[in-house]
Amino acid sequence: MTNSIQEISDADFILAVGTNTFDTHPIVGIQVKKAVRKGATLAVVDPRRTDVARLSKYHLQIQPGTDIALFNGIAHVIIEEGLLNKQFIEERTENFEALKDTIAGYTPEYVAEITGVPAETIRKVARGYALAKSSTILYTMGVTQHVCGSHNVLAITNLTLLTGQIGKLSSGVNPLRGQNNVQGACDMGALPNVFSGYQPVNVEANRAKFCASWHVSELPDKPGLTVGEIFDEAGKGIKGIYIMGENPVLSDPDANHVVRALKVLEFLVVQDIFLTETAQLADVVLPGASFAEKDGTFSNTERRVQRVRKAIEPIGNNKPDWEIICLVAEAMGYPMSYSSPGDIMAEIATVTPSYGGISFARLEESGLQWPCPTPEHPGTKFLHAGKFTRGLGKFHAIEHIPPNEVPDQEYPFVLSTGRRRYHYHTGTMTHRTGAMEVFYPMEYLEINEFDAEKLGIFDGDRVRVASRRGQVEVAARVTNTITPGMVFTSFQYPDVPINKLTNPARDPISKIPEYKVCAVKLEKVG
Amino acid sequence: MAEVTLTIDGIKVTVPKGTSVLDAARKVGIIIPTLCYDPELSKPGACRMCVVEIPGIRNLPASCATEAADGMVVHTASPAVLKARKINLELLLSNHPSDCLHCHKSGECRLQQYAYDYGADFGAFEGEKHRYPIEDDNPFIVRDLNKCIMCGNCVRMCEEIQGNSAICVAYRGFDAKVMPALDTPLSAIATSNCVFCGNCVAVCPTGALTEKQMLGQGRRWEVKKVRTTCPYCGVGCTFDLNVKNGKVIGVTSTDGEVNGRTLCVKGRFGAGFIHHPDRLKTPLIKKNGEFVEATWDEAISLVAEKLGGLKQKYGPDSIGVLSSARCTNEENYLLSKLTRAVIGTNNIDHCARL
Repeated sequence: MTNSIQEISDADFILAVGTNTFDTHPIVGIQVKKAVRKGATLAVVDPRRTDVARLSKYHLQIQPGTDIALFNGIAHVIIEEGLLNKQFIEERTENFEALKDTIAGYTPEYVAEITGVPAETIRKVARGYALAKSSTILYTMGVTQHVCGSHNVLAITNLTLLTGQIGKLSSGVNPLRGQNNVQGACDMGALPNVFSGYQPVNVEANRAKFCASWHVSELPDKPGLTVGEIFDEAGKGIKGIYIMGENPVLSDPDANHVVRALKVLEFLVVQDIFLTETAQLADVVLPGASFAEKDGTFSNTERRVQRVRKAIEPIGNNKPDWEIICLVAEAMGYPMSYSSPGDIMAEIATVTPSYGGISFARLEESGLQWPCPTPEHPGTKFLHAGKFTRGLGKFHAIEHIPPNEVPDQEYPFVLSTGRRRYHYHTGTMTHRTGAMEVFYPMEYLEINEFDAEKLGIFDGDRVRVASRRGQVEVAARVTNTITPGMVFTSFQYPDVPINKLTNPARDPISKIPEYKVCAVKLEKVG
Repeated sequence: MAEVTLTIDGIKVTVPKGTSVLDAARKVGIIIPTLCYDPELSKPGACRMCVVEIPGIRNLPASCATEAADGMVVHTASPAVLKARKINLELLLSNHPSDCLHCHKSGECRLQQYAYDYGADFGAFEGEKHRYPIEDDNPFIVRDLNKCIMCGNCVRMCEEIQGNSAICVAYRGFDAKVMPALDTPLSAIATSNCVFCGNCVAVCPTGALTEKQMLGQGRRWEVKKVRTTCPYCGVGCTFDLNVKNGKVIGVTSTDGEVNGRTLCVKGRFGAGFIHHPDRLKTPLIKKNGEFVEATWDEAISLVAEKLGGLKQKYGPDSIGVLSSARCTNEENYLLSKLTRAVIGTNNIDHCARL
């Protein structure tokens, strides 16, 4: 997030894109509701009429996969009606002319045809967003889960640059991240192309710094494979995989492909707290510790590094994951030992400029938002004040890109997936709480009432959903919250492994798969 | 901003105009008892526990709802004040179950605490008592309206902070009670707007609202609270793990930087997985297609030998590593270090793309 969570409630205009915040990030939802109570205008872009959409003044119920067209349309209105922030564009951005040329054709009427959103609504939202004192954009990961996911984000960013709604309080681009420490995993260099603090591995000076800190003579300079590429290469270039705390068999697209990939490996080691669907395929399973059983830090979606404190001893014979990694390193002949996670953070601070001022001693007092380069630095509440990381903010001229797989006669429906309020990710934890799974025991597929009528499907009927890659059976829930031609379910139930169906086609830049759109057919069972 | 100076129990205090007498008193360390007052919520002045004596003002005003004024003199513990508070408490207790011996909230109940402070008895007044059935049909919250003192904190929390307005006060007088629409249970999805965040539980001063999972798991004074960060979504809420005898029995609110006292259903009621019987408890090695329990030495040696073997046979880029958005920063850093410095590849990624 460019801003902090607490700033959301002070925004005058909120553009929430594909985020069912009340279910997925309820505490952010509280801030959104507070802003609306204080008079903010809420516009929601979502193919589903979610609870957030119900609260909104404008619900832009777009056809899945048409985000770029919509944002280009909003940009078109901003320029056409002169709602832009000329001073901001002159002083802090570049490439404006290219954007202007590209979006000239995206009139609200043309965009309405592509997206299904009325032209007048597009105009009103553009005016509201541009003219508000502070406008904030919230989105969740669904925006990125398209073959054009990176471009979706760039198209969103164009709006902030056109209007100067960034780099100040309550104004910016705020992705709400799904996992407790997905921000931290990125920050710490659990990515194929960068060390911690996003320092590229192919820059010699970076490698030299880490060689010195890690006491090795060389480090690999070629960026590695992404998660999807690792599975694609399994059995070919990739012979062994070490997985810590992930369950790709349920979470990754085209699950059958993932299972095949894991089975052809010469060696698979999985470190987890449960024997997940993925761990069952392993040669060795290492039992880790849950968050309650170890010390450490998580970094939240607003870049706030916060303490995790050990409350109980590890269950059974388990060990904290950091100790397990040290044991593996030592057994491979590399000395790696720390007296505590605080020691590890001390090392992180020495090699990671954005974490340079973070220590367990300081975190005892309060969390710290990076960048926090020195022990005296108070942390950074919002980013891009006065200057962007790259200097000038760059407009990206982007055309609408349709989804990789669109409905046809054989597979006439669009399947989109997401989360439920009572469950979390692949459900490994929430199906074992004694509470969530009791209240929300079973998954269902949302289907529009008109489609249901045509297919003779009633609430609760079992239906078979199939894509070109796989099929599942699930109970139907007939609803009017999604548009005809669309179906929706979550990926959180082991007995409805919907990712057998999803499309692994990836965004070429981010390598994020297109979870949000795939073509399926429906059939009533029995 | 304009300021006013008043005298509270002989101490002069200067506060911004608009400050309540209660907050002015707290500023100089004088704690006035309250049941319905909450700094984050609107001030109904309902419980009358915070009454004070102010010469010149008729009756005893509620200090939470009385604005401090220049030259005002306030007595927070005069005989009249103490007597009024005791009578208020005894009136509340006259319609309250006398089950403190086994009430889950015992030790953290403000009514119980004030009864002790003011020497208030159960039997001072005789009268009708409520006989509401206890609502425990959902797995999260137990509602025992017999213990409700009508402070309204739950209603205001749900409306003013959570923003759901799932409950309200219905009926009047002795029949008044807090309920979801149409007096249905919280779990009646068709009529109830409740999302089981349990933020009402966090502000309930008595045993009327409790966390179901924690019932019977330990008295409040036996519980150690460990402040930590929620393991679910990316918001990073702070909460207290409640620990008894080395076991996490539940979660309660604290004052988080991101979330204040609010939590969602998963954060507040989703810690049961920690002690679930399905938890792995020892390393496993697959032999002839079946998992066999192993020692750490055996498992770690095998992992090192296999990874080392692949590296030697096919080169370091034959190994891929998936790190975890669920684990700590320190663990992700170390796994990156293991991958790059020990295995010698950049093939490391995690589910940020998924």
